[in-house]
Amino acid sequence: MYWLRKWSVRHARLMEITYNTVERCLIAATPLYRRLGEKRLEKPVAAIEKVVKGALFDCQMCGQCVLSSTGMSCPMNCPKSIRNGPCGGVRADGYCEVKPEMRCVWVEGWEGAGRMKHGLQISTVQFAVDHRLKGRSSWLRVIREQAEIAAAPEPLVQSSNAAEKKTL
Amino acid sequence: MNGFEDESVPGYHSHILPGHSSPGRFERTLRAGHFVVTTELAPPDSADPAAVYERAAVFDGYVDAINATDGSGAHCHMGSLAVCALLTRLGYALIQQISCRDKNRIAIQGDILGGAAMGVCNLLCLSGDGVQTGDHPEAKPVFDLDCMSLLEIARTMRDKSTFQSGRKLDHPPRIFLGAAANPFVEPFDWRPLRLAKKIAAGAQFVQTQYCFDVPRLKAYMDKVRELGLDEKVFIIVGVGPLASARSAEWIRNNVPGVHIPDSVIQRLKGAADQKAEGLQLCIELIQEIREIKGVSGVHVMAYKQEHNVPDIVTRSGALNGRKPWHPRTYDGDATVQQHLENLQ
Repeated sequence: MYWLRKWSVRHARLMEITYNTVERCLIAATPLYRRLGEKRLEKPVAAIEKVVKGALFDCQMCGQCVLSSTGMSCPMNCPKSIRNGPCGGVRADGYCEVKPEMRCVWVEGWEGAGRMKHGLQISTVQFAVDHRLKGRSSWLRVIREQAEIAAAPEPLVQSSNAAEKKTL
Repeated sequence: MNGFEDESVPGYHSHILPGHSSPGRFERTLRAGHFVVTTELAPPDSADPAAVYERAAVFDGYVDAINATDGSGAHCHMGSLAVCALLTRLGYALIQQISCRDKNRIAIQGDILGGAAMGVCNLLCLSGDGVQTGDHPEAKPVFDLDCMSLLEIARTMRDKSTFQSGRKLDHPPRIFLGAAANPFVEPFDWRPLRLAKKIAAGAQFVQTQYCFDVPRLKAYMDKVRELGLDEKVFIIVGVGPLASARSAEWIRNNVPGVHIPDSVIQRLKGAADQKAEGLQLCIELIQEIREIKGVSGVHVMAYKQEHNVPDIVTRSGALNGRKPWHPRTYDGDATVQQHLENLQ
């Protein structure tokens, strides 16, 4: 589904709008999700996420989606798993050093970011993935984090920029 | 000019000056405003320490620090940490390279502590080349971290005295943090901003990929200065002699990330002695790079031509009459000689 991945990046602004809408709906549905139980929802939601994001972005289900900060180009498709921009090995034609048949995930991402309203999030330093979250739903994680932020009287002491991180 | 007044005996730390991150000579030279010269040591395919000493001695008096490469080009050689161990004992200033390709965050944090304990004062954080370019393409690439996360971890260890997990260190590593930059490949307009990202993650100095295209470097530096990044990071530009037009073409086609313009290849082709022309070109590049505002030094990568480094440094005038410290600075000091002999 490489062509669809490239299509998604080309329509990064549309993806951004769609995601923001979905996020608002998901957050609004927090009470419902509470009633159904977090644990029970994890598997079905992750399965839906895998299908949708797998099709659109070749999502690898790292569980810590940062697509909004990567120009809608999934960094887990980078053979070096670089989550912070292109390595020094990008070919003159913008193709990947390791997979010469694939355009650099970050050359794509930079173009995608230029099409987005909040594309500048690409300048945020992203930390390496937490491998414990692999395969789990990013959507539910964001709802959880949003709820925690809302409930906390003071800013939570947590990983550097968790509040800024968006998911898709 | 040889060193600093409180120059320590090899193997012992000197103290950290105010505003410095490390007790190292390399950071001191940069902060003193000198144009620095660094180089890299090709680690031997050997278990013989003498091979390491011999390779380092070539640079005596010509460079401010030596990079200990970590499986560069994804090829197997003696490990970076071991090379650092051998050379710090003689008092050399080392830049320990750590690549994310081969190790996860547990191994990497252990290596950072080990290096600092042996007197390594400088760390270069790299993502690393893909395994496909190396001599073991069947290897499992790790990439648990990327260079940016590695910088953050090293900075946290140094400034907050904790592992990434938050667990306390008894004694933090006193290190000067570096990263790599490649201004010569796509996407050009993002490269200066990516440098800003590396600075945000902790980079204090950067060493760039080989520069053969000065106009492109100038365009990059214009943007870097516009963003004020030259005030926040020491930029050391990579250079190196090309052996011939043929080898230049091979490098261009086979080494990821090296950009060699056609004009360079034409110039080598037209020369009677291509090797001498390659040297001359390298010297001219250094002289041009020196004039660019915001550049703090050159990193001479003379792969398989290490013996030419003294010539390149001397003829380019890069050191401006300065003579960097080296172990033989101690010639005549019987106590230190005894100390060094005991180590060897």
